[in-house]
Amino acid sequence: MEKNKKIFNVKDLCLYFQTKRGPVQAVDQVSFSLVCGRTIVFVGESGCGKTSLARAILRLLPRNVHTYSGKVFLNSINIMALKEEVFRKEIRWVKAAMVPQAAMNALNPVIKVEEQIAEPLLVHDLVQTKDEAHKRVVEACRLVGLPLDFLGRYPFELSGGMRQRAAIAMALAAKPDLVVLDEPTSALDLLTQANIMNVLKRIKKETGITFILITHDIGTSSELADDAAVMYAGQIVEKSDAAHFFTEPLHPYAEKLMASVPTLREDKELDFIPGQPPSLLNPPSGCRFADRCHKRFDKCVYEPPFLEVKKNHWVKCWLYE
Amino acid sequence: MQNNVLLEVNNLKTYFEMKKWGFVSIGHVRAVDNVSFNLKQGEALSVVGESGCGKTTLARTILGLYRPTSGDIVYDGKSINEFSKGEIKAYRAQLGYVQQDPYGALPPFMDVRRILAEPLIINGVKSRQEQEKLIERALTDLKMTPVEDFLPKFPHMLSGGQQQRIVIARAKILGPKLIVSDEPVSMLDASVRIEILQLMRQLQEEYDLAVIYITHDLSTVRYFSERILVMYGGKIVEQGPVQEFLDNPSHPYTQALLEATSDPDPKNAETFKKVPGGEPPSLLNPPPGCRFHPRCSYMIEGLCNREEPPDFIIKENHSAACWLYR
Ligand SMILES: Nc1ncnc2c1ncn2[C@@H]1O[C@H](COP(=O)(O)OP(=O)(O)O)[C@@H](O)[C@H]1O
Ligand SMILES: Nc1ncnc2c1ncn2[C@@H]1O[C@H](COP(=O)(O)OP(=O)(O)O)[C@@H](O)[C@H]1O
Ligand SMILES: [Mg+2]
Ligand SMILES: [Mg+2]
Repeated sequence: MEKNKKIFNVKDLCLYFQTKRGPVQAVDQVSFSLVCGRTIVFVGESGCGKTSLARAILRLLPRNVHTYSGKVFLNSINIMALKEEVFRKEIRWVKAAMVPQAAMNALNPVIKVEEQIAEPLLVHDLVQTKDEAHKRVVEACRLVGLPLDFLGRYPFELSGGMRQRAAIAMALAAKPDLVVLDEPTSALDLLTQANIMNVLKRIKKETGITFILITHDIGTSSELADDAAVMYAGQIVEKSDAAHFFTEPLHPYAEKLMASVPTLREDKELDFIPGQPPSLLNPPSGCRFADRCHKRFDKCVYEPPFLEVKKNHWVKCWLYE
Repeated sequence: MQNNVLLEVNNLKTYFEMKKWGFVSIGHVRAVDNVSFNLKQGEALSVVGESGCGKTTLARTILGLYRPTSGDIVYDGKSINEFSKGEIKAYRAQLGYVQQDPYGALPPFMDVRRILAEPLIINGVKSRQEQEKLIERALTDLKMTPVEDFLPKFPHMLSGGQQQRIVIARAKILGPKLIVSDEPVSMLDASVRIEILQLMRQLQEEYDLAVIYITHDLSTVRYFSERILVMYGGKIVEQGPVQEFLDNPSHPYTQALLEATSDPDPKNAETFKKVPGGEPPSLLNPPPGCRFHPRCSYMIEGLCNREEPPDFIIKENHSAACWLYR
C-alpha cells in the first residue's frame, strides 16, 4: 500500500447509549484521520469513551444504542454505510480487527489455541485448506512470538502474557490493514507488559500495519505512538504527533494530565486535577473541561471548535482561537 | 531499643498450606520467605514487586492478620510473639491499614460518620464529643471539607478518589504510628492518584508517621518514599535509599523492572526494551538457588541455580541478594 495515503478517516462519529436515565454520550462528534502505517494512541481516563470509540469504529455495538452516526472511511469506502452483512463478511477481522480489553481472558476455554487463531480465516473463507490455515497461523505466531508448541494447547494452559499474544495473533491472522488494541497490556505484569510492547513495536516495523492503541497508561502509550489523541468526556480534545504531544501538550486538560504522570528517570513537579469528569448523561453545553480548568474564561460556556493550531496539531480549546 | 527503629522484621516467613481434597497437604506456598528489614519512625518505605510476589501477605503479617510461620516482628522494641492479648489489641490500634481495593473496603450500608466512628467505638473512645472531634480532624486532614457535607454520605455517593480518602481517614483516625497502605491508588485514574499520594505524604510528615507503601508502580517511589525494598518470589532481592537505588540499581531483576517502566517520552518508540521473558516462579515449588536465575542473563552455572544468594552490601544501607556482588 502506498505510504502517506490516508487510509482511515473518521468524521463526526457519535455513539450514544440508551439508559433509564437518558442517553449516555459516550462518543460525541469525534473526527480524526490516520495515515497508513502510523500508530495513533488514544489516551484518557476511565469512562471517557475509549472503548466505545473502538466499538463504534468496528461496529461492535451493544443492544442499547441510542444514536450511532457519522462516517468511517477505510481506504476511501464509507464502511458505516455498508449493510451489516457486508460489513461482517468483508470488513471486520478482514480489513479491520480488534483486540478487545481483557482479550486474553475472553478466549474460549474449550477450544485449542490453533483453532481460535484460525477462526477468522475459516469463517471468512480466506483460506481454502487446513494446511493453508495452519501456515497463516504459524506466520501470525511468529509475529507475536508465540511458541508453536502452544498451538495444540488450551488457553488455560498458557500464562496471561502468552494468551494475550494468542489474542493478538488472532487479530493479525487475516492480515487486516487496521488493528484496534484496547488496553492490550493493562492486566499484565510489568515485565510481560514490556515484552508485549516490544512485540507490537516489531510487528509495526515489519508489517507496516496501522494500529489504534487505546490506553489509560500514558507512559506505556509512548512506546508505540506516532500520533496521539486525548479524549475527555466523550470527545477528542487534542491530537498531534507524538513528539509534540508528549513534550508540549496544548489543551489545559492534556497539560495537567501529563503533569500528573510520575516519572522514573526525572524528578519533576507533580500536579493533579481537582474534581472529576462530568457525567455523560447530561454533559455541560460549553467546554466539558471548563469547571476543572485553571485557564477557564468567559468563552468557555460555548463549545470550543476543534482547531488546527499548528500543522497537524489540533486542539479543542478557545485559548487557541 | 535501637535509635528510633519502630519496626524490625527478622527472618519472617509466612507460608500457606495447600491441601488436596481438603485435607491432604501437597506443600506450602512460600508467600513471604525469610524477609528482614527495619523501619524507622516517620520513614516512608516503598515495597515494590509484581503481583503474586508476596507484598500483601507481608503487609497482613505485619498487621497481625496472618500468623507468621516463623521469624519475628519487633515493634517499638518488643517482639509481637510475646505480646499479651491486651498488647496485641493496642498494637493493632497503633497500625493503620489501607487495603488494596477501596471499593471493597468500605461497608456500603454505613455513612461516612458511622464508618469513621467504628474504630473509635471499638477502641473505647466513648465520649461523643471526642468522637466528633477526631472524625472532623481526620476528614480535614484528607481535605474533605466542609466536613458536614461528607458526614451523611454513603460510599456509593463518593468518587473513587473520595472513597480512598475515607479509607485513609479511617486508617489514621486513632493516631497510629505506622500506616500500611497496599496499592492505595492502583484502581484510580492518573489525575487523582497524585492527589491521594500527596495527601498521604503530608500526613506522614505532619504526624511523623511511618508508612509502608506497597506498589507495583516504580515511577512513584521517588516522590513518596525515602527507602525502597524490591520483592521477587517471596523474597527481598534488593533494598536501599531511593536515590541511591535509582542511581545504581544492582539486582538484575530490579534492573529489568526499571528498564520495563516507561516514562512518557516520544523517543521510547524508537527502541526495544531489554527485558527477560518467562514468568515469576511458583511459590509452591520455587526453583533452587536464586529464584530469578531461570530468567537471568547473568546466571552463573553451578552457583545461582544451586545456592541461595545472601544479601551483599552494595553501599551503605544498600544491599542486593545476588551472587554477582560476592
Ligand atoms: N452499553 C452501555 N450502556 C450504557 N452506558 C455505557 C455502555 N457502555 C459504556 N457506557 C458508558 O459510556 C461511557 C464511556 O465508557 P467506555 O467507552 O467504556 O470508557 P473507557 O473505555 O474510556 O473507560 C461510560 O460512562 C460508560 O459507563
Ligand atoms: N490466603 C492465602 N492462601 C493461600 N495462598 C495465598 C493466600 N494469600 C496469598 N496467597 C498466595 O501467596 C502468594 C503471594 O500473594 P500476595 O501476598 O497476595 O502477593 P502480592 O500482594 O504481591 O500480589 C501468591 O502466590 C498467592 O496466590
Ligand atoms: Mg475501556
Ligand atoms: Mg497484593
